[in-house]
Amino acid sequence: MNRHIEAPIDKKEAKSLKAGDYVYITGTIYTARDAAHKRMYDILAEGGELPVDLKGQVIYYMGPSPAREGRVIGSAGPTTASRMDKYTPQLLDLGMGAMIGKGKRSPEVIEAIKRNDAVYFAAVGGAGALLSKCITSSEVVAYEDLGTEAIRKLTVENFPAIVVIDSEGNNLYETAIKEYCRTEENGR
Amino acid sequence: MIRTVQTKDITENIKEMCIEANHFLSRDMCAVIRNAEKKEESPLGKQILEQLEENLSIASEEMIPICQDTGMAVVFLEIGQDVHLEGASLEDAVNEGVRRGYTGGFLRKSVVGDPLIRENTRDNTPAVIHTRIVPGEQVKITVAPKGFGSENMSRVFMLKPAEGIEGVKNAILTAVRDAGPNACPPMVVGVGIGGTFEKCALMAKEALTRETGAHSEIPYVKELEEEMLEKINGLGIGPGGLGGTTTALAVHINTYPTHIAGLPVAVNICCHVNRHVVRVL
Ligand code: SF4
Repeated sequence: MNRHIEAPIDKKEAKSLKAGDYVYITGTIYTARDAAHKRMYDILAEGGELPVDLKGQVIYYMGPSPAREGRVIGSAGPTTASRMDKYTPQLLDLGMGAMIGKGKRSPEVIEAIKRNDAVYFAAVGGAGALLSKCITSSEVVAYEDLGTEAIRKLTVENFPAIVVIDSEGNNLYETAIKEYCRTEENGR
Repeated sequence: MIRTVQTKDITENIKEMCIEANHFLSRDMCAVIRNAEKKEESPLGKQILEQLEENLSIASEEMIPICQDTGMAVVFLEIGQDVHLEGASLEDAVNEGVRRGYTGGFLRKSVVGDPLIRENTRDNTPAVIHTRIVPGEQVKITVAPKGFGSENMSRVFMLKPAEGIEGVKNAILTAVRDAGPNACPPMVVGVGIGGTFEKCALMAKEALTRETGAHSEIPYVKELEEEMLEKINGLGIGPGGLGGTTTALAVHINTYPTHIAGLPVAVNICCHVNRHVVRVL
């Protein structure tokens, strides 16, 4: 099903999304990847406060290439989500609404998605030029010293993504593969 | 006859090649993606392949890198033994080219100076440089920026000789299956069989720079490449890992003599953004 949704996302909307839905996201999202996650994790461990209130926020695992003059951003596609798995359950428990990335998630993350009525989207990996066209503003809001890994606030318009793991824990990566698998051993 | 080549010319060419590789996918790669899009059976898979083609047009027309991960620069140098290099040291010249390409070309700086301290070098240096001395008086440069979504899913298997060709097939399928959606399929799979631990890995990397879809000259290896491409595409992983009949665009296998006690196999996975630019000076 094709759906238009807004970011930040509320739980009711997140709950209504099903693995396999094709969505266009419009609104405000934040970027964070490896180094920003590690920093947020360390801050939480020390009892500190995060630079962004995560409630309902959509976090995009992305570190862009530099913008050419007069452009909003450079190439801007998703990075592999599993590297964030270690940090994710805690952020979900703090209210993070959704994530956009690519690739598999750990069982712990899937549990946390279910527990918090959240959702995991995939954007097409390696389509950073195309995806950058859906980003209409970009501003570094924290950890500027991390360069491409800083936290950015993005405005997106009709950003295309696919629901891979929904709030019930359905996982498109597993179901879709089975449909096209022609070997006896199957997609494990 | 000794021919003199200025290392500053190597620098200039590498700079241009880094920029070129990240904005213009080579014709062979574009062709296999187009072909895959025509044949893909899954509607969603087809849609993703169309998006990849659109992405390639936007990248080249508007000079936006094909992918935000503009890679770690892998540089192969084949230097003729009748070449005399003049100027800055070869390694410095290569790294200067990478530095200029990545800073001047609006490419992402994705290299950390120490694997554990992890501070970004801010100019994407150093490159990973493989140099070979060959007959002749030319310098052949291959620049292949490598993304790490797929690099991270690559593997080396030290098989036992008794595991034979079935063991090799299993190793390749295991690596691809485990890579799944993480490696931005459709992938190009580079395989090195034989040699030693490091030799097979290097062969696998070199295999990725082969003209996409061209086959090994060794008949049984060519057959193995064809068989593995079919098997991999039977896994169902599909474009983006979201199901489909296109999981790999090509399988390239290189082989080398090995020890009586060993059967090393390396599988270097590359995504559909399999960048390689070649120039001969
Ligand atoms: S694996 Fe390739 S396509 Fe995917 S993000 Fe990395 S460089 Fe880009």
